[in-house]
Amino acid sequence: MDSKKQNKIAIGTLYGIAGLVVLILLALLGYILASGLPQLSWHFLTAPAKAFLKGGGVGVQLFNSFYLLILAMAISFPIALGAAIYLYEYARDNWITTTIRTAIEILSSLPSVVVGLFGFLFFVVKLRLGFSILSGAFALTFFNLPLLTRSIEDSLRTIDLEQREGGLALGLSRWETITRVILPAAVPSILTGVILSAGRVFGEAAALIYTAGQSAPALNFADWNPFNISSPLNPMRPAETLAVHIWKINSEGIMPDAKAISSGSSAVLIIAILLFNFAARYVGKRLYKRLTSA
Amino acid sequence: MKTKTTQQLEQQLKRHSKAAKLEIWGRTISLTALLLIVAVVVAIIGFVASKGIATFTSNHVNLGDFLTGKSWNPNITDANGKPEVGALPMIVGSFLITILSAIVATPFAIGTAVFMNEISPNKGAKILQPVTELLVGIPSVVYGFIGLSVVVPTTRAIFGGSGFGILSGTCVLFVMILPTVTSMSADALKSVPRYYREASLALGATQWQTIYKVVLRAATPGLMTAVVFGMARAFGEALAVQMVIGNAALMPNSLVSPSSTLTSVLTTGIGNTVMGSLQNNALWSLALVLLLMSLVFNLIIRLIGRKGRLQ
Amino acid sequence: MSKKRWWQGLGLLIVVVLGVYAYQTRQVSHAGESITAVGSTALQPLVEAAGEQYTGEHLGTFINVQGGGTGTGLSQIQEGAVQIGNSDLFAGEQKGIQAADLVDHRVAVVGITPIVNRKVGVTNLSTAQLIRVFTGKVTNWKQVGGADLPVVLINRAQGSGTRATFEQFGLAKHRSKTAQEQDSSGMVRSIVATTPGAISYVAFSYVDKTVQDLSLDHVSPTEDNVTTNRWKIWSYEHLYTKGQPTGLTKKFIAYVESPAVQKTLVRQLGYLSPSQMMVERDAAGKITPMGGA
Repeated sequence: MDSKKQNKIAIGTLYGIAGLVVLILLALLGYILASGLPQLSWHFLTAPAKAFLKGGGVGVQLFNSFYLLILAMAISFPIALGAAIYLYEYARDNWITTTIRTAIEILSSLPSVVVGLFGFLFFVVKLRLGFSILSGAFALTFFNLPLLTRSIEDSLRTIDLEQREGGLALGLSRWETITRVILPAAVPSILTGVILSAGRVFGEAAALIYTAGQSAPALNFADWNPFNISSPLNPMRPAETLAVHIWKINSEGIMPDAKAISSGSSAVLIIAILLFNFAARYVGKRLYKRLTSA
Repeated sequence: MKTKTTQQLEQQLKRHSKAAKLEIWGRTISLTALLLIVAVVVAIIGFVASKGIATFTSNHVNLGDFLTGKSWNPNITDANGKPEVGALPMIVGSFLITILSAIVATPFAIGTAVFMNEISPNKGAKILQPVTELLVGIPSVVYGFIGLSVVVPTTRAIFGGSGFGILSGTCVLFVMILPTVTSMSADALKSVPRYYREASLALGATQWQTIYKVVLRAATPGLMTAVVFGMARAFGEALAVQMVIGNAALMPNSLVSPSSTLTSVLTTGIGNTVMGSLQNNALWSLALVLLLMSLVFNLIIRLIGRKGRLQ
Repeated sequence: MSKKRWWQGLGLLIVVVLGVYAYQTRQVSHAGESITAVGSTALQPLVEAAGEQYTGEHLGTFINVQGGGTGTGLSQIQEGAVQIGNSDLFAGEQKGIQAADLVDHRVAVVGITPIVNRKVGVTNLSTAQLIRVFTGKVTNWKQVGGADLPVVLINRAQGSGTRATFEQFGLAKHRSKTAQEQDSSGMVRSIVATTPGAISYVAFSYVDKTVQDLSLDHVSPTEDNVTTNRWKIWSYEHLYTKGQPTGLTKKFIAYVESPAVQKTLVRQLGYLSPSQMMVERDAAGKITPMGGA
């Protein structure tokens, strides 16, 4: 009965590890929320930031963060999806594929400031996009692609080979098998990958400092014409995001309430990611049901 | 007459069906996407390489001096009129902190992933998964600040010194890479076919034996990838580490003495240097070293993964 | 299937029509002149605030102010990629810059003071003692009359304007020992505030009650002492242009130099106005009394 005892000890240890991890994570979240929540108010969430006086808010930054996230995801998700499909479903298992995979993994280890500087020299200066949401979205795409491709490929891997064989046996072409059978089945897992990378994009600062910029001109929220410079939708305006704002006030902020704004912004960021997760999960569940008609 | 119908028939047969057209179309699109990514990767790697090599080609720094030198003061030239660009302290710092945090994080991450997947999938999906996903989104600045206000004073109280150093950096990185490694490990475990477990349990193995001897073995390559990704993140992380490691370009003589990593020196310095100058190129050389080091890591892990695969 | 196609077509049509409509009705007045200023993060709040005021008063202009660091500002202005380069240093002091091509506009004066953790128990040092602290010859605060705490040096990054000014005028051109480096004033302040025995240096505007500023040779770090150069650790904040500025750039720089900004924003942000100074200093560090004397 030694192996049974061993089993008990091992399972107990695993419980302990999982509990400890939850504890660490909850302590972190608790710390951020406890120091940040008292700062939150409607005014804080909607008012524009102030350069050096107290009482500034993060309204513009919050909007920028979401807008930039959506743009970056809209650009990077289709590319990552296509690439992952090709890598896993079509590409032969030879040295070229291995090299490409390795290169993608290496790219993901580059510090984001390097991606940011590359984006600065290429998009902002060379392509004359200036400090703009568009430059920022491209830089984030660069930063996001390796991670997203990798995680979508892993999602495809979790689908049993039988599903593919079944699709092919029914006379579907490979592409039809992928779009009608494999992808719907992989939706929940792909979604997890998207949420994870969206979280990273949302909290990214270093890649944006040199591309989307670190100033947030006031926006006119009544003007939704994307060609106007003060319109929230204009993709050519400079846009400081929440994460960049936190970085900026911590490094050079001289407003008297810098610390409060910083912890408030962190809490807002966490809550925004939380809401984003819930929404994505809900949408994903419905999508899964519709696509697989389960 | 007869020949015409055969021709028609032949044409009809040779014409691509709708599904076949779709197939070609889909294949082309996905290949284009992959080529786009390859172009991006090549562009960035080429960019970093061309800038990083300039230190050795146009500024004539000796590669050996760069890799083994111990003092980093690109602004100053030494007695021989050569700039002081010894990157060894940063290389050692990066290696130490990455390996240490991976060593600490791996058992926790895999343990949690096993718990989520094998022992209590219900609790895992309800509590652990959302929480880990949430943590990935915390910006590194915030991690850095928590490190500065909690980890550094604790380290100082226990081990003395200023509290800044590799140990504090490891603590912060451990928490930072934990969610990434955990969720990727969970995915790897999920991809192990169900009948592996059933077969093992049917043979009379306990749950732990099944996990240890079958599931973990089968998932080894996936778990390795998860760890590499965690290390990659630890490697490339700059803002948070920079705040707690002390950021002094000195050889780390203990885990609690201020030291530095490639990224922390890179991010602190890059805005203060002028493009094309030696100071700037030297920083790009650090980025190049970073690339090469992660290449080496990748290759090593790939080798291990190949060996550990279930026969 | 064809119904779906139809809907798709309709959707596309609506998007195109909306797009054309939006383009037609865009505010042409707002598409006027725009300039970009890049560089020093320390100077950014001032230029940004001035830019906001200026665009508020002059509709149809747009002033884009970004950070990125002094090095970035100077290299971009030298390349001609931006209209204004914000810098904490004289262009000639930065390696790799041809200062002759650039025109200097001094818009503010910033005083820099050593700061220490409050537990150190020192409020005054002689210049010689300060140099000994930063070159590593003093390793415990009790050697200079403070508490029994080891000295923890915190520097700004190499190439930072604050560090260059501090080493030149505070340490009499001695080079600080290799030690911790941080790349922003805010970080330096919070590390000094939380680390026993820490010493560093920041601009006057960053000094608050969490840290202790130091007098040097019994001269205290005040604005009055800066104007007379009794407090020697100060520097100019520069806006650089490539060649003489024209158009909006010229108007904006004139606006920043005008009393409307110098008497309000510059003071509110903790800077001194160059017009308050009773001395002038050139790139080589040579001091001349103001007023042509």
